[in-house]
Amino acid sequence: METGTAAGPEGSTGESGVPSGWTGLPRGVLTMRRMLLLVWLVPAAVALGVLLGLFAGPAWAVFAALPLALAAWGWVLLGRNWRSWRYRERADDLLISRGVLWREETVVPYGRMQLVEVTSGPLERYFGLAGVQLHTAAAATDARIPGLVPSEAERLRDRLTELGEARSAGL
Amino acid sequence: MSGAPTGGVRGPEGAEGALEPGGAPESSGAPERAGGAPERAGGAPERAEGAPAPGGLRERRLHPVTPLRRAWAPVAILVGWAFHDPDGTQRRLSELTALTLAVGAAAVIVGGALYGFLSWWFTHFAVTDTELRIRTGLLFRRTAHIRLDRLQAVDVTQPLAARIVGVSKLKLDVVGTEKKDELAYLGEKDAAALRAELLARAAGFAPETARDVGEAPVRNLLHVQPRMLAVSLLLTGAPWVLLVAALVVPTVLWLITHNAWTVIATALPMLGGAFASSVGRFVAEYDWRVGESPDGLRIDHGLLDKAHETVPPGRVQTVRIVEPLLWRRPGWVRVELDVAGSSNSVLVPVAPRAVAESVISQILPGVRVPAASELSRPPSRAAWCVPVWWHGYGLAVTDAVFAAGHGLLRRRLSLVPHAKVQSVRVRQGPWERFKGVADVHVDTGANKTVAARLRPASEASRLLLAQAERSRTGRREARPDRWMA
Repeated sequence: METGTAAGPEGSTGESGVPSGWTGLPRGVLTMRRMLLLVWLVPAAVALGVLLGLFAGPAWAVFAALPLALAAWGWVLLGRNWRSWRYRERADDLLISRGVLWREETVVPYGRMQLVEVTSGPLERYFGLAGVQLHTAAAATDARIPGLVPSEAERLRDRLTELGEARSAGL
Repeated sequence: MSGAPTGGVRGPEGAEGALEPGGAPESSGAPERAGGAPERAGGAPERAEGAPAPGGLRERRLHPVTPLRRAWAPVAILVGWAFHDPDGTQRRLSELTALTLAVGAAAVIVGGALYGFLSWWFTHFAVTDTELRIRTGLLFRRTAHIRLDRLQAVDVTQPLAARIVGVSKLKLDVVGTEKKDELAYLGEKDAAALRAELLARAAGFAPETARDVGEAPVRNLLHVQPRMLAVSLLLTGAPWVLLVAALVVPTVLWLITHNAWTVIATALPMLGGAFASSVGRFVAEYDWRVGESPDGLRIDHGLLDKAHETVPPGRVQTVRIVEPLLWRRPGWVRVELDVAGSSNSVLVPVAPRAVAESVISQILPGVRVPAASELSRPPSRAAWCVPVWWHGYGLAVTDAVFAAGHGLLRRRLSLVPHAKVQSVRVRQGPWERFKGVADVHVDTGANKTVAARLRPASEASRLLLAQAERSRTGRREARPDRWMA
């Protein structure tokens, strides 16, 4: 059976930096997270600036730059975190790799999957995303892919379920 | 899902239909409604409200002393109230006449007895070819269908009072069963016969013969002598630490505050802890026997409360060898095990290392416990990540198990058979990456994670893929779930 590279046509492969055979997260995940960051921090900066300017003097309004700096830092962090997420479908198991400072790489053999879950909240639906979560008999197994194009999420779910049935093994 | 019902007995799919035509059970004339709960995957017990009992199925009741189990509850409430407010109790009692007392007592007793009787009357269980079904509840109906092929362990326990009366509790451990899924109480002989029958059915004996197979013969592997158990507990640190703390802390508090209540409030929990971790453990682990039978591992123990556990072959997810500091000189170890869905965790409370290892090789066939010298230790640069204690970590991967050790004073070695690995993870923090080491975590079905920490980074990433491969292929050679089939 071929290893990985099955997900090409959906165009869900992220930008450069993803090694061959691996699939990154779609750009939409990054956009959604950055939008969320701005939606919270820019109004906070404005409110802080206005309040400080009114009650403490215009010079104090400089402190409104703090949330903005936080937003800029978060912008970069989100980008790095987004680039770190990748997964790879191999012949007999699924590999998920993630994390920048705290790296984690998980292998789940298809036969051990008990349940494949596709979730999509209202916000994720707006950005056209869906998350895939794999459950094994061990609760500690933390195998999830936070955001995928819905068609890719469904393809992955069906493929994983199919492979899981073919290689099924219990506890 | 496996386990197609045979012999004219309707399987769980009966619950998916609408009304069972004429399949009403012989007891309780209440209208039976099909629950229509979808089947859950993963071996969790299925529950459907008021599922119909198929015709021809022999439903049984629990032992008639069961109602007495809850009879003490109203008495306990009264006693608790009397202790809580002694003066008020005395005043109230003096106000009451003999007649009101008698009426009150009669009401409590009759109410308790009625409740106990009804809950007993409405509790039924039945064994089908593939399931144990428990039907219970007076107002809130509850039906548990426990699939026998998902059986992980069977526990028969006898609290002291139950031993006097001659009854015992039986619990089937399946992933997802709860305390209320136990059968309490059954007659002693009935419990033994039921356990034998359930194990025979789970093992894959033909349905017609399952009831007559009887108890499997047991070969004794180990018996812990009371003297050795007592000495081993004296050589354990926890009770002594608690005892010393229970003497020192209250004394200091007394010198500072001169308040008797603070002293009592701090001393009592500590003394209780010291008592539980020494005498309590002695009582629970007294007369510990480990035996081997065709039905799997048998563990019997207890001085006052007796417990008999049976773990069928291939159900052990991890085995842990614990060696406290003071046990090193006599060369003793404690062996713990994890079975999915089961709360028992001790296999051998204390035994010489060689004996413990022979027991382990019996329950995990083909497994040899790697010696301490065979464990590969982390590179010395790992000392920057975990000072001093990095010496204690170690890893050995054999053909059959993933063995990870840790602990410097109290050494622990966890063994995971390759076939029991559910997923493998490599984790690496920023400081670990700077030093070029990583942790390998192996997740098992008993919700236990075994970690081999501080491996060289290149080895860790190789180990990740190799372990996933071993876990996949290890399963093929494993014995089937129905071990006699």
